Amino acid sequence: MPYEAFKDNEYIEKLVSELRASGTNVLVGTLDKLINWGRSNSLWPLTFATSCCGIEFVSLGAARFDMARFGWEVARASPRQADFMMVAGTIVNRMVPVFRRLYDQLAEPKYVIACGGCAISGGPFRKSYHVAKGIEDIVPVDVYVPGCPPRPEAMIYGIMQLSRKVKVERFFGGVNRQEDQKKFLAEHPVPGVDD
Amino acid sequence: MFKFSIITDWINNLLHEWMPGWLATTIECVAIGVGLLLAYALLALFYIYYERKVCAAFQCRLGPNRVGPFGLLQSFADMFKILIKELISLNHIDKFLFALAPYLVIIASMLAFAVLPWGNGLQIINFNIGIFFLIAVSSIGVLGILLAGWSSNNKFTLIGALRSGAQMVSYELSIGLSVLTMVAFAGTMSVPGIVEAQSNLWFIFSGHIPAIIAFIIYLIAGTAETNRGPFDLPEAESELTAGYHTEYSGIHFGFFYLAEYLNLFIVSGVAALLFFGGWMPLHIPGFDTFNHIMDYIPSVVWFIGKAIALSFIIIWFKWTFPRLRIDQLLSLEWKYLLPINLFNLVLMTLMIVYGLHF
Amino acid sequence: MANLQEKIAAKFPQATFEEADILQVNIPDAQLHDLAKTLRDDEDFAFDYLVTIVGMDWTDSLGCVYYLTSTRHSHHISIKTSTTDRDNPMLHSLADLWRIAVFYEREVYDFFGIIFIGNPDMRRLFLSIDWKGYPLRKDYDMNPELNPVSIENERQSDFTYTYVETPDGKVEKKEVPIFKEDDFVVNIGPQHPATHGVLRFRTALDAETIKKIDVYMGYIHRGVEKLCENLTYPQTLHFMDRLDYFSAHNYHHGLCLCIEKAAGIEAPRRAQVIRVMMDELSRIASHCLFIGTFCMDLGATTMLFYTLRVREQILDIMEKTCGARMTFNYDCIGGVMADLDPDFVKDVKALLAVLPDNIKEYNKVFTGNIIARNRMEGVGVLTREDAISYAVTGPSGRASNWACDVRKTDPYSIYPELDFEEVTRTEGDSMARFKVRIAEMEQSAKILEQLIDNIPEGDYCAKVPKVLKLPVGHWFQLVEGCRGAFGVYIESDGSTQPYRLKIAPPCLPLACVVDHITSGNKIADLITIGGSLDYIVPDMDR
Repeated sequence: MPYEAFKDNEYIEKLVSELRASGTNVLVGTLDKLINWGRSNSLWPLTFATSCCGIEFVSLGAARFDMARFGWEVARASPRQADFMMVAGTIVNRMVPVFRRLYDQLAEPKYVIACGGCAISGGPFRKSYHVAKGIEDIVPVDVYVPGCPPRPEAMIYGIMQLSRKVKVERFFGGVNRQEDQKKFLAEHPVPGVDD
Repeated sequence: MFKFSIITDWINNLLHEWMPGWLATTIECVAIGVGLLLAYALLALFYIYYERKVCAAFQCRLGPNRVGPFGLLQSFADMFKILIKELISLNHIDKFLFALAPYLVIIASMLAFAVLPWGNGLQIINFNIGIFFLIAVSSIGVLGILLAGWSSNNKFTLIGALRSGAQMVSYELSIGLSVLTMVAFAGTMSVPGIVEAQSNLWFIFSGHIPAIIAFIIYLIAGTAETNRGPFDLPEAESELTAGYHTEYSGIHFGFFYLAEYLNLFIVSGVAALLFFGGWMPLHIPGFDTFNHIMDYIPSVVWFIGKAIALSFIIIWFKWTFPRLRIDQLLSLEWKYLLPINLFNLVLMTLMIVYGLHF
Repeated sequence: MANLQEKIAAKFPQATFEEADILQVNIPDAQLHDLAKTLRDDEDFAFDYLVTIVGMDWTDSLGCVYYLTSTRHSHHISIKTSTTDRDNPMLHSLADLWRIAVFYEREVYDFFGIIFIGNPDMRRLFLSIDWKGYPLRKDYDMNPELNPVSIENERQSDFTYTYVETPDGKVEKKEVPIFKEDDFVVNIGPQHPATHGVLRFRTALDAETIKKIDVYMGYIHRGVEKLCENLTYPQTLHFMDRLDYFSAHNYHHGLCLCIEKAAGIEAPRRAQVIRVMMDELSRIASHCLFIGTFCMDLGATTMLFYTLRVREQILDIMEKTCGARMTFNYDCIGGVMADLDPDFVKDVKALLAVLPDNIKEYNKVFTGNIIARNRMEGVGVLTREDAISYAVTGPSGRASNWACDVRKTDPYSIYPELDFEEVTRTEGDSMARFKVRIAEMEQSAKILEQLIDNIPEGDYCAKVPKVLKLPVGHWFQLVEGCRGAFGVYIESDGSTQPYRLKIAPPCLPLACVVDHITSGNKIADLITIGGSLDYIVPDMDR
């Protein structure tokens, strides 16, 4: 979608100005643009849902909302082949290791959308003894889509924001999101895997 | 009808005039290789787009329409992404075989391209046993799938690979027998020979009943050979997550993904060759004007158009039928298709002997 | 009921009786098993259906309340038993009488730490092995440092435990392996496209044939029951939307009925009609999605898109009235939250007009298909006895010829006045479960047709005190969700908050029966059977 379509995301505007300030080589810049064009237009979701939000995600694929228009309908069941993970539903203590492992299994570049109140903060179950209070402590999150569950339109908007975010990334550069991601992963290491 | 061999011969002669024979041959090989790769990539990308659009139409949706006009650039975007996606290196796997498997799959489908009758005189190799070669190389693909499933050291992929092994070996029989039926009718195994034999009337019409039976069996077995629904057990998404290629990421997965669509093209291309005259335009004996008009459509368009139309049927299968179970799949082959096929071969022989064809 | 009481008193002099909404028998643990066996096997009682086991913590003692129903005489009874030993509480197991009791008792063990002597599988059901404490006990330490959110893989054991009573009265703990030495065990789930959420099966395979399935739940256990204990009654309602999100209206209805029964409130007629209409609309929507996802599991993806069309239409109707697409929070204590949308009648009529054609289309595309029939017919046969023993209710139970529709057996709200049939089939296979649901959509449409022109005028909500307190006591209410009988148990100590709120979900038995009906089938059949049972994981995990 054209960049001018909406400029309502301060965070991305900040990234863009940061990128412009740092300047770049013409050749590398063009390649970057091509790669980002590919990446931002081809976001394949992982089939992952734990509860209510997952059903809205199914509706998102259905005829009325049809995410296939944007090329997001190639939902992969194997995390190795997916690009982003729509965390649709509550993540509970027992699910956390599995969820983190799924994230680690995603191939780079990988993105996470926290979809719905439960994924963002624990939502209505925040006071429970067995619910993770938001997934941002477990994996780095790119986009938050609030709602309980968010309407499919909100989900479309969320993925479009992700797509814009991907567009201002740099493959050869080295600014922005990837740095954040590395920092996050260094701060939240997975202790010895026991298989 | 325009013969492409005029151009190719001219280039060949030109090269041989200007340089030693070995160099000319090398240049020709490289040029053909590059051309083949290009055609391969473009066809695969087109097929991905095509399937997504057709599937969307079946499901009352629009399908890709945002990236480029009518979403035409969608599969290009997918390709760029998948090219630079991380290749995850795994522990506890057979690294060599794991890396080899996707190439085996892609090579198998690429070799099959060599003998397809792309157009009048446009064929890479002209064997006298072309169709036999085609069947032989297309079965290398199963080796890649088996290796992929086995080397990944994952139970899902292993089950997927075993399923695919059982499936491919069984359905190879049906493909072989239905091809044999048509070869018997054509009287030659050479691909141009088969096409030439249909210059008056396509085999599906001239061979009538046995040809139609062979065509139906070929289509079913061909769908099974390409691992597409309703025979997509090796990668049954709801059972084995992604089947034999569960552990593959990046371009390695991309190869499997492309090969699936290319195999679809090859299966429909061979069907076009055997039953619908390859690149041969639609000729009806007696209607000379009509035949003449048909000749104006280039032979390449005929071939690719037929292949795409036949692929539509296979895609239609996939988006309509539920998946079979492994035992039902095998009993369909061994209990129904194989006996019918053998009977059909006898029928065809009798028809040829008594000259009951058109 | 008095008759039952006399007969039990004659056989078990230790038993005392309490008259709640249904007869309650208090029995010491030592006689529990004998009493239960008598109740099940005696011709006059014939309590063959164990509705639920409610674990309880009365601070001075721990115990269980068993709810039993007779499918033959359709009478109900509850048994209460308790132990005062808080450090090492033990009760006798009823696992040999009702097969679902194995899982219900595991749940009680998980939440209250009560060990059941004789249960063959005494592991935790929802929480991980290393979880400290029993969360539903009143003295449970909620400190998150005790049970931190860890990204470390949870420990897993290949053994289960069983407690056996020796002849001299001692209880011994025994270790039992789950799988055999040389089993090829494949892990399916929790992240798997066909488990309908985060359910996990450890599957022992012999090539493609399934030998045994070990079900692991709790990957979406959110502790709803504990949360409810700290919320007022109106606040507890909204969790009902998030259990089985397809039966949101039905579950709301159930909890509202239970609270209304306790508080002595009656919803006005208009509200009752609206509630029933919403229930039936959500039943149609739910079965639509079932058909879609089930067909998708079998590989026919396109069906999902056709069925979602109708579902979207229903969601539109709901959205206009309730203001949401999924979590409606529409039924409230004493009636419904808001009045109907002016377009409601028109929209429902439009839906009823297109529904028969759509059902015909589904049958045309899928039901008659030879591949679909081969995949479903004779696959996963569940007999009537097993369905009752496993407490498999709802469409799945009715496919096994068990007339278990709560709308007929224990009618609530305005259902007794309505004319509809209870759909049952005799085959008990996946095809029967599929066909029952399609027929139920037609029956729901029939109910809607009867009501749509007869919505009475009047209030949509009764007068309810601003601060709602329930009297001391306990109540149990069953309603028919989209997937089976949904039960709510409330125990009140007279305050504004429930002392204990137990949810008896229909999906838990559905998942528990998977092992029983899949053994000997192929992996692909696991998907068929799982799909046809149509469990919702957040519902079973709560």
